[in-house]
Amino acid sequence: MRSGRLAVAGAAALALALSAGCSGGSRETAAPTAAQTSAAGPVTLSYWSWVPNMDKIVAVWNKAHPDIQVSVSKQAGGDDAAAKFLTAAKAGNPPDLIQAEYQMLPSFVAADAVADLTAGTTQIKGEFGEGIWGLVTLGTDAVYAIPQDSGPMMLYYRKDLFDKYGVQVPQTWDEYAEAARKVHKADPKVYLGTFSSKDPGSFAGLAQQAGAQWWSIQGESWKVAIDDDATKKVADYWGGLVKEGVIDGQPYFTPEWNKALNDGTLLTWPSAVWGPGVLSSNAPKGKGKWAIAPLPQWSAGEKATGFWGGSSTAVAQKSPNQAAATQFATWLNTDPEALSLLVTEGAVYPAATKGGAALTSAPDYFSNQPDFWQQTADISATARGFTFGPDVNVTYNAFKDAFDKAVQGTSSFSDAVKVMQETTVADMQKSGFQLAQ
Amino acid sequence: MRAHRPSGARGAGAAPYLFLAPAVVLFTLFTAVPIVYTAYLSLRRTKVSGLGLGRGARREVFAGLDNYSAAVGDGELWAGWLRVLGYGAIVLTVMLGLALLFALLLDSAHVRLARFSRIALFLPYAVPGVVATLLWGFLYLPSVTPLRDLGIDAVLLGPGTVTFSMANIAVWGGTGFNMLVLYTALRAVPRTYYEAARIDGASERQIALRIKIPILMPAIILTTVFSVIATIQVFTEPTALRPLTNTISSTWSPLMKVYRDAFVNGDLYSAAATSIVIAAISLVLSFGFLRVVRDRAFQEG
Repeated sequence: MRSGRLAVAGAAALALALSAGCSGGSRETAAPTAAQTSAAGPVTLSYWSWVPNMDKIVAVWNKAHPDIQVSVSKQAGGDDAAAKFLTAAKAGNPPDLIQAEYQMLPSFVAADAVADLTAGTTQIKGEFGEGIWGLVTLGTDAVYAIPQDSGPMMLYYRKDLFDKYGVQVPQTWDEYAEAARKVHKADPKVYLGTFSSKDPGSFAGLAQQAGAQWWSIQGESWKVAIDDDATKKVADYWGGLVKEGVIDGQPYFTPEWNKALNDGTLLTWPSAVWGPGVLSSNAPKGKGKWAIAPLPQWSAGEKATGFWGGSSTAVAQKSPNQAAATQFATWLNTDPEALSLLVTEGAVYPAATKGGAALTSAPDYFSNQPDFWQQTADISATARGFTFGPDVNVTYNAFKDAFDKAVQGTSSFSDAVKVMQETTVADMQKSGFQLAQ
Repeated sequence: MRAHRPSGARGAGAAPYLFLAPAVVLFTLFTAVPIVYTAYLSLRRTKVSGLGLGRGARREVFAGLDNYSAAVGDGELWAGWLRVLGYGAIVLTVMLGLALLFALLLDSAHVRLARFSRIALFLPYAVPGVVATLLWGFLYLPSVTPLRDLGIDAVLLGPGTVTFSMANIAVWGGTGFNMLVLYTALRAVPRTYYEAARIDGASERQIALRIKIPILMPAIILTTVFSVIATIQVFTEPTALRPLTNTISSTWSPLMKVYRDAFVNGDLYSAAATSIVIAAISLVLSFGFLRVVRDRAFQEG
């Protein structure tokens, strides 16, 4: 009898523990629902972001808005955060607000994970450039997010070593190729640049500059043109240089790459406006030695660039407090005080045109180039528009696998572009998307 | 007490179930339900209409066995199995061979510093897989490796060598654990066997080959089964090395393909089907191996 009672007690304790464990997950979402029904209580919004010091920026909002409290959950960023958000949305407990990279936004929309903010954002459209705004409307009448930052691409180069090797800042990609041959000939250990098979965003930006339009909407169907002439031109250009051996084939953001940036064996990096943060942490020895210039152009006299990265603030479809969330997202990305905090605390290049006012002194790493932000603004104005499709994740993964092989020399770069196109189309067909031929 | 006995005997009908309840509840919640849910997911897929944007454009529909035929028909999955087979052949032979050798050496009478060697050999097992992989990864990278300063100029992450480099990490991490299992089994053997053998004139080597290894057979089989399963599940090493090199694709091993399908391509349904295919193969391999060796190993024991 005694042991029987023990077993009952044990089972009861277990059941209690289990039910406590189960309810733990839903507590977060339960609180806002309660708050919504009783209008007086404060609303708590959860926000996933990987902007540095976002908690400090949010603290300013929380102080001024006691009835809409935002709590930040720091994310690792990029693809991992996107996968995590999609999984959470599918499971039914997403955060109220999420930092969404522009290329991931269509996937979020296609998964019905983010809300249409059209109603709450009619007044702020004018705060953003048209190219940026297109990235959050996907070319439709809806508004799926509020732009936060953008990543116009430019050329980072080692000014001191350009002087040493007698190389001019290349105006065109032909000049860039010539310079690549020249420096590699002068010192076989030195490369002008490297082609990274791990960074599809970088390649997409370079393709945008050449005029590529990987996705577009025609009526009720998608048109996929990843293997268009512009993209193939970019791929073959880099493929030729890698094959020739004058451009390196190692990926960005590896210990190898850091070392090359530091010891002067890598002279340029076509990258985006967020580059200074990367350079200052990965190549601390290069401070004051790097400079920026517009990307080389495909034909002389042209002025164009593309975007690498940049993100927006989206509101989850399942959030019970969409209006409050939209209000916060609007403040964060258009209010002058918030923009200035984004610049100073978050090291973000704001997408809002007003954000320029906050960009006064050049980043510390580029103290040798006082007109850094002026140059950036000029370059940013030349960025071409682009539409991302609903399965960019598939395309980007195909890029990595296909270009891994291409860089090893087992297939050509334009074949890799073809693989990207075929993989993307096959995935969209499998899901049932309407495709235009 | 006596008065209670009849009612107690009748009441015993419920008691066993109460005792079983915690185990059954836990098993159902954390093993059976996830498996059934995976099987359910594997039979479904998303169906998009039109542009796939906006509300209700994406539905979950029944897919029958489509996901399975796609998983089985995907050449990448089988290419992944082949790569893992090559990798596993190296890891299994080298790791278990070394583990057995070290266990025998430590157990033999004449070795010095036995305690220190045991800990030193076991230590790598305590290093988490990701840390071990990054640690070795830095040693493999051409421009940061100290090997180059020693005059060794090898491409360790090239297409021909990356499998060996990865196997090396697994061997480094796993030898100590397997050695410990074998060594513990050896310590349980009565010393009298060896004494008898020595009196009969057997050398240490003969004792090792003729007495110790046959006695160790069940432990060797156990470690082999564990290692086979670990090899089939190889994921950490290639995933952590991948950002450093061009030679590891996102589908290098079967489990990496599952991860890619589920969390990169966002297709949980294909991932579920592939998982079940992998689990089935894993089951067949481990039980097949056990069946083949069972009679030989456990008859004597």
